[in-house]
Amino acid sequence: MQLKGKTAIITGASRGIGRAIALSFAKAGANVAINYSSSHIAAQEVVNEAIKYGVKAEVIKADVSDYLEVENLIERVLNEYGSIDILVNNAGITKDNLLLRMTEEDFDKVMNINMKGTFNFTKAVSKVMVKQRKGKIINIASVVGIIGNAGQSNYAAAKAGIIGFTKSVAKELGSRGINVNAIAPGFIETDMTAVLSDKIREQFTNTIPLKRPGKPEDVANAALFLASDYSDYITGQVLNIDGGMVM
Amino acid sequence: MIFEKVQEKIAEQLGIDTDDITMESSFIEDLGADSLDIVELLMALEEEFDIEIPDEEAEKLVTVGDVVDYIKNNQ
Ligand SMILES: NC(=O)c1ccc[n+]([C@@H]2O[C@H](COP(=O)([O-])OP(=O)(O)OC[C@H]3O[C@@H](n4cnc5c(N)ncnc54)[C@H](OP(=O)(O)O)[C@@H]3O)[C@@H](O)[C@H]2O)c1
Repeated sequence: MQLKGKTAIITGASRGIGRAIALSFAKAGANVAINYSSSHIAAQEVVNEAIKYGVKAEVIKADVSDYLEVENLIERVLNEYGSIDILVNNAGITKDNLLLRMTEEDFDKVMNINMKGTFNFTKAVSKVMVKQRKGKIINIASVVGIIGNAGQSNYAAAKAGIIGFTKSVAKELGSRGINVNAIAPGFIETDMTAVLSDKIREQFTNTIPLKRPGKPEDVANAALFLASDYSDYITGQVLNIDGGMVM
Repeated sequence: MIFEKVQEKIAEQLGIDTDDITMESSFIEDLGADSLDIVELLMALEEEFDIEIPDEEAEKLVTVGDVVDYIKNNQ
């Protein structure tokens, strides 16, 4: 039980990677706050699964791009559990298009949820963690933030932004016992990638040395490592979980 | 009274002796604080004295005396 008695907040935990992270943390003994923005039933199902591991779990609705909602969420979790040990900034969306066709609105939306959402949660939780002199923050970026991708300039900018943010905050908060790291998933099978055609999936798979798309659990395993004491001497890093796609 | 409370908070934050903290002490030069220590300290004082210290004002608070005066004037 690597996370016994710890409290973790996972943003966007109703589906996909966030869901897998929340369940792996619960299995490891952590109490989990399941944040979501619209999939209430799915979020409630994650809670039902999590409590089977004998931990406390609850759904908390909040739009990550709204600072006030985020601050309220943090306060609520702190009052209820007394500490916040782990934050996973996972909530994210894509609005793909070629730059020439991308609207300002689609650019802003992707920046607000992926990048600003990460800022909002990290800022609000850092007040708590600095006082505790301890904490783990894990930001879900993407390999696209490292290598770029045609049709995803908004998303790649947000994910690259998250990586720069991760490194800066790791430097700011290191002296307070807070580890800040990023995970860069490659091609993972979730609702986000389910919209891609079979042909594109095949093309992607061919570029992956391990010759398969990743599972949400593959990402969750890395998050569990970064949330546990086993990673106490690691900060400011980006860990690619991509079957070797980028190296 | 305010000075003693501030002294106590600083000692706690920086892990130093209250005796080493005078009205003239500069946070960075004399007490060895870094910029994050100062932010944390001001947050603790805001809570303790139930005041708000805006960023523009915070920048001007160099010595312990500056902070004590600020609290006196804004309580
Ligand atoms: N799948 C991949 O191949 C891949 C690759 C690299 C990186 N990633 C990153 O991994 C993270 C998770 O992706 P995924 O594939 O699991 O996506 P997903 O299946 O589409 O799930 C996205 C999650 O984010 C939540 N969310 C969306 N907008 C939100 C908001 N404004 N406030 C709070 N929560 C919000 C959704 O909750 P609601 O439904 O309740 O809104 C949902 O739980 C994202 O940051 C994504 O960019 C994914």
